[in-house]
Amino acid sequence: MSGPLLETRGLCKSFGALEVAREIAISLERGARHALIGPNGAGKTTLVNLLTGLLPATRGQVLLGGEDVTALGPAERARRGIARTFQINQLFRGLSVLENVCIAVAERLRVGGRMLKPAGRRREVLERAERLLAQMRLEADAGRRVGELAYGRQRLVEIAIALGLEPRVLLLDEPAAGVPSAESHIILDAIAALPADIAVLIIEHDMELVFRFAERITVLVSGAVFAQGAPAEIAAHREVRAVYLGNALDA
Amino acid sequence: MTSPLPAAEALARRHRLRWWEALPWAAAMAAYFVFPTYLAFGTQVLVTVLFVLSLDLVLGYAGIVTLGHAAFFGAGAYTVGLLAQHAGWNEPLSGLAAAAVVAGLLGLASGFVVLRTQGLTLLMLTLCTMALLEESANMGAAWTGGFDGLPDLQFKPLLGLFRFEQLSYRPQYFYALAVLFACFVLVRTLVHSPFGQSLTGIRENLLRMHAVGAPVHRRLVTAYAISAALAGVAGGLFTQCNAYVNLAVLGLDRAAGALIILILGGYGRLYGAFVGAVAYMVLEHVLARAYPTAWQLGIGLLLMAVALYARNGILGLAASLARRASGSRRA
Repeated sequence: MSGPLLETRGLCKSFGALEVAREIAISLERGARHALIGPNGAGKTTLVNLLTGLLPATRGQVLLGGEDVTALGPAERARRGIARTFQINQLFRGLSVLENVCIAVAERLRVGGRMLKPAGRRREVLERAERLLAQMRLEADAGRRVGELAYGRQRLVEIAIALGLEPRVLLLDEPAAGVPSAESHIILDAIAALPADIAVLIIEHDMELVFRFAERITVLVSGAVFAQGAPAEIAAHREVRAVYLGNALDA
Repeated sequence: MTSPLPAAEALARRHRLRWWEALPWAAAMAAYFVFPTYLAFGTQVLVTVLFVLSLDLVLGYAGIVTLGHAAFFGAGAYTVGLLAQHAGWNEPLSGLAAAAVVAGLLGLASGFVVLRTQGLTLLMLTLCTMALLEESANMGAAWTGGFDGLPDLQFKPLLGLFRFEQLSYRPQYFYALAVLFACFVLVRTLVHSPFGQSLTGIRENLLRMHAVGAPVHRRLVTAYAISAALAGVAGGLFTQCNAYVNLAVLGLDRAAGALIILILGGYGRLYGAFVGAVAYMVLEHVLARAYPTAWQLGIGLLLMAVALYARNGILGLAASLARRASGSRRA
């Protein structure tokens, strides 16, 4: 199959007179490594919420693999392969780290509604969850309640859950924010180790990370696409430098 | 092949039976011999445990805050009562099955609608569902006996062998215990399954549960219907054991009472229903004897103490004490 994996056409969202997304057209190819940057309040998280169905679009379309998913809710889109992490952790705080990941894996394997066999005996779920915990260096914390972990460790659980869904499209909303620099390489390694064919969209303020990771960058300003292109083009873009990048790249 | 993590072993162990899980059943058997004159009271306790257990499934595990769970208890109680009174359907076990079906369908239908809401709206809608049912039972006096209910119901002997005795309550006590055990096994299986795990996921973080692709509404309605069916069984058991049914089975008193018992015992812990029901009902019984006019004061003080110092109920308090004890032993 050809054509983009995830695509938006004329996507708009307004709250009354306030337009938070204006005619957004972006597309992610299979295997894309795409970064979304822009000043605070530019509508980056709003765009992710529109892509995942958390916010219904006012106008426009979201297409996944050519199929119009605009009318679908977040759960249906997640089942079709769109996974995300949240800017502010959204975890099952009272449950253990392992259970957090198991819940995601069980849904991915479509066994989340099974009522008889105990969850602790579902080897196929547990083994995948354990592999993800190992990848995120979370084995030592597997039995601890998520609410007891340091914020940076919780970020890793957030990513493990998204990976547990084995998505086709992964949306990472500032994955490294709040993670101590000593641990941020775990996140970068995990991102680098993602299967090559899944499309990744990352929102990030750390320009060093963005320019290292991204093969394509979209700059969002006031809810609209301001510039779009390869990292070199964006870095050389005079107006982008003026409104957003400033001297970040010279540092 | 990697060796499983300790946490995975802990998760795998959780559904296995532990020695102390035999205690409530041993205690129930012992009570039969130690308090032979209290079996009528004991039967009421067992019926209440089952009702509160059904509430724990939706409130403790799935986090559905309901004040109208007596609707399903009442639906089961009246199903059994009406069938016995008007249709000559007075075989006990099939009566309980009918109660489960009627209450379960009612839970399915009302849950489908009310579980689209949350918080206070949900609370009010569950309350309204119960009020509608209570008023229907009151208005349909030709069938339900209205305020007076249906007294002196006749039931066939259990399994064709054991006749219900309104004086000793001996057969009723064992009957209630057996039904409770069967329902408990079902609930215990459910809460340890992936389905039960997903209910706790919904309770802990609804947004995240949607984002992992779980059909949240369907899971909640399923849990609600199962819980309603179990509450219906409790209600049917009430009618059969006591040989009457009246409007009290449907009221806010019963719904709120179950909620209080669950919080007192500790919600989301399976055994909170047992501990809470025994503690609450025994205390009520004793206080009502000692201070016939002011016994509610004692209950109120106890509840305040629980709310202030033991938010997770008696079992929660016990668990944190046990943790502290094992912590200091290690230190």
